[in-house]
Amino acid sequence: MDIKNLVSKLHPLERKLLPFISQHQELQVLVNASGLQEIEVMRALQWLENKKIILLHTEKKKQVSLGKNSQAYKKTGLPEKIFLGVLDQEFKGLNVITKKSKLSREEVNACIGVLKRKNLIEIQNKEGMEIKITTSGTQSLQQKFPEEIFLQQTFPLDEEQIIDKTTYDELRKRKDFVLVEELKIVTATLTELGKEVAAADLSIEVINRLTTEMLKSGAWKEKQFRAYDVEINVPKIHGGRKHLETEAIEYIRRIWLDMGFKEMNGNFVQSAFWDLDALFVPQDHPAREMQDTFYLHGKAALPKIWEKIKTTHETGGVTGSKGWRYSFSKEETEQVLLRTHTTVLSAQTIAKLKKEDLPAKFFAIGKVFRNESMDWKHLFEFDQVEGIVVDPKANLQHLKGYLTQFYHKMGYEKVRMRPAHFPYTEPSLEVDVFHPVRKEWVELGGAGIFRPEVVIPLLGFDCPVLAWGQGMARIIAEYWNITDIRDLYRNDLKQLREAKVWIK
Amino acid sequence: MPTVTLHVSTIEKMLGKKIPLDELKDRISMLGTDLEKIEGDEIHVEIFPNRPDLLSEQGLGRALQSFLNIKTGLRHYTALKSNYQVIVDPSVTMRPYTACAVVKKMTFTDERIRELMQIQEKLATTHGRNRKKSAYGIYPLEPINFPIHYIAKDPATVKFKPLGFTEAVTASDISELHPKGKAYAHLTKNWKKYPFFIDSKDKVMCMLPFTNSEETGKVTPQTKNVFIECSGIDLDNVTKALNIITTMLADMGGEIHCVEVIYPDKTITTPDFTPAKMNLEPSYVNSTLGLHLTATEVQHYLARMGFGTEGKTTLIPAYRTDIIHPIDLVEDIAIAYGYENIQGEIPNVATIGDEEPLEKIKNKIRDILIGLGLLEVKNVHLIAEEDSIKTMGHEKGIPLKNAISEYNQLRPSMLPSLLKTINQNQHHEYPQNIFELGRTFHPNKNKETGVEEIDRLAVMLCHETTDFTHIRQICDALFASLGLPFTVKEVEHPSFISGRAGEIILNKKKIGLLGEIHPQVLTNWQLTIPVTFFEIDVAEIVELKKINH
Repeated sequence: MDIKNLVSKLHPLERKLLPFISQHQELQVLVNASGLQEIEVMRALQWLENKKIILLHTEKKKQVSLGKNSQAYKKTGLPEKIFLGVLDQEFKGLNVITKKSKLSREEVNACIGVLKRKNLIEIQNKEGMEIKITTSGTQSLQQKFPEEIFLQQTFPLDEEQIIDKTTYDELRKRKDFVLVEELKIVTATLTELGKEVAAADLSIEVINRLTTEMLKSGAWKEKQFRAYDVEINVPKIHGGRKHLETEAIEYIRRIWLDMGFKEMNGNFVQSAFWDLDALFVPQDHPAREMQDTFYLHGKAALPKIWEKIKTTHETGGVTGSKGWRYSFSKEETEQVLLRTHTTVLSAQTIAKLKKEDLPAKFFAIGKVFRNESMDWKHLFEFDQVEGIVVDPKANLQHLKGYLTQFYHKMGYEKVRMRPAHFPYTEPSLEVDVFHPVRKEWVELGGAGIFRPEVVIPLLGFDCPVLAWGQGMARIIAEYWNITDIRDLYRNDLKQLREAKVWIK
Repeated sequence: MPTVTLHVSTIEKMLGKKIPLDELKDRISMLGTDLEKIEGDEIHVEIFPNRPDLLSEQGLGRALQSFLNIKTGLRHYTALKSNYQVIVDPSVTMRPYTACAVVKKMTFTDERIRELMQIQEKLATTHGRNRKKSAYGIYPLEPINFPIHYIAKDPATVKFKPLGFTEAVTASDISELHPKGKAYAHLTKNWKKYPFFIDSKDKVMCMLPFTNSEETGKVTPQTKNVFIECSGIDLDNVTKALNIITTMLADMGGEIHCVEVIYPDKTITTPDFTPAKMNLEPSYVNSTLGLHLTATEVQHYLARMGFGTEGKTTLIPAYRTDIIHPIDLVEDIAIAYGYENIQGEIPNVATIGDEEPLEKIKNKIRDILIGLGLLEVKNVHLIAEEDSIKTMGHEKGIPLKNAISEYNQLRPSMLPSLLKTINQNQHHEYPQNIFELGRTFHPNKNKETGVEEIDRLAVMLCHETTDFTHIRQICDALFASLGLPFTVKEVEHPSFISGRAGEIILNKKKIGLLGEIHPQVLTNWQLTIPVTFFEIDVAEIVELKKINH
């Protein structure tokens, strides 16, 4: 690369540091010499290395320094030497020796160990411990102990420079004698390119940041802009974001709105009447006995229409049906629960419709609840996409048409219907889409045409009502490669900040 | 849902031809049963609760035979006349109905006996609603001395040996000693007497709804002829159960004989295979399915589902329990026609799409807050009781009666949810400025369910230098963008630092709270970084925006 060009790209920190590198290599030295902060030097070195101006070399080193005790002994003398000094050639009791030496009990114990190992003392146990000095002990008092020699060195010391390893190892075992610290030594050396750059004229003044001042005065005209390395990465920033699920739901809402559907909304807390009985779910249906519905305390107030529903259950009423032929329980229908499906909104919507409102189409995207423990594929609260078409001319082909269109927009080419059973629809069907990657059919939810026993009491007359309730969690989770469904609602801020947007 | 195991070999024998496994699998799903898995020769099929007649290999095989166009139309079953009698005593008020039959010339193997027991269990679980509506018993015929008495007795006065026992016990101990007694004791609460089948020589055949007797109620490979009773609280239910069981045994090669059931006020003969009749207009079929079938085609498809026809009248097999309205026939025609042959079509009908005003406002709020750099989070609406205690000073959550996890309340405020979010994200980068649009729940006697649901916005700022000014700025920016003036009135609230909390007032109504979260609350949530917060009702904004338009 052109040296001049390279020079122009140097950051002021690099510019300031570079001249020092030709004389010094070590990071600490560079910090001292340049007067920059350590972090600034580190950054500059990193950038210079990226530009191949220098080579960085990191070496790990163990640095040895003196501990609290050894620093003190350096002044007062080694305790074992003091201890040895007060001994006689006759055995003497430990208490007497300790008193004379003015050492602590702990120090004395350490001294006895050290001196015994070196064979400088002799010990006998009569009435308590008695100690005397040996001949070699007496001789040793004339010379410096290896420990004393060791302590005389200049610290801190590179571990590799220690000659008397035996003494060093001994001292390391003693309390607060030597401290060993691991150091990273960073050194920088100029490359061939670096030498050329360092030799170039670095003094040219460049504009680092364009300022209002410069713009006002026009001072920028005489100067050169420092060129950036536009190819390197910059620190990440995060803006505000919608929740992943919101993005997907907005997309789904748009599809139904575009197809001419009106949005429905309603309560999570519902009566069994609206959630189940209005939908002709028999009161003794196995699903109602199952413990997967959340119940609340208290009794719900029933709308006037409840007696019509009761008759429909018991005898079919005016619907042309035989009904369930049992006695309808008011107590059962008054129970308060968390809605088990968004179909409750469809029932409530139909109950408000008049003949002149038809044809009408509605949708809802809302939470439904199941009394389950959360695990990787179950949540106690999840989203359902609900839709109804109330149209005197509606038929099963239309149902397939609407759902196929919807799933096309969700990215699934092939849609299949299979027979199924729900108490409130007839025909009932299961909707599968063909997964383009996994190459298999995936079940996404139920659909059908509401039974006359549902429609007639609520609407006042018979009319085909196409209906569906589809689970979206699978599709949404899959878009973000989420395999544990709980991750969708974990509110992990990193995930929410960094996830890709929903585009279909 | 209960499952049935089909054997490919049995199916092939019934169909009279080999059928590729893939095709068989596909046909089973398209018949309206759910294929669960295939293991060697065995196909496991889930049966929907509306079709108890498919709970046996014979029943499902019969349906497949018709569906695959091998043997179509109404099957004729005959119940031969006989002198067998069951006398129903007026005392059986707790389970007043029974329907009975005798089946002869059966061949039972150990395997088949096991199957029979399983089918009985599955039928009692689904059709009998866990024996609540009805339960069924099958007995070797020979030891029985007719007429049989169906009678309720004080169990302390009856002794018999229940199925699986070696000793006779007093009947009042069955609910504690016998596994089935324990399992179904809840159905007999407050019963002083229990129904028994007892033969004319005083032999106890069974105690309902628990168990047969070991001596007279055990079918073995030597058994050739059996007596069957289906008893319960609903006559239609027990006769249908009997029809399902007897037609299945007939398909196994049995010969069905009638039983006279003598009630105090009437006598009926069971089983009765006379098909029920239902009128079906082809136009109803066509308008529902969007097809143009002729009357003949309608008859053809009905035959493919095992129905008979006489002109516009459909003859419904006596074992079908689910045909209560002509629409049920329409579904069966659709199944025979093939759901896969239904074409998708979007009709040319103009309707105008429309958003919920609430959703519209919520989306606007989202846009504004995202513009201010906030991150949306979404929490569940249930919280643990402990969460609301930690948050201090809020009304209690609405308890759920039967929650199986620790999340057992509907949240009264958004604050615990957002504190939880911050608590769980302490390892991530700050600032953590988040918001949530969701619901809170409050007791309100004027509401249908006693619960009022309020759509709310909550904003939480969490970083070293967040303070009242900062949260107020977000609030100001939001309301300025919405074009709504609001005021703040100082308030004391245990969740907030005293002197640093205010009520948000819009259109003279208190719509929320704003302030710096109290350090004790933060400590309760193990947070070590300051948090500011506001929470408002969205409904009032929706109302004001409606008026403005």
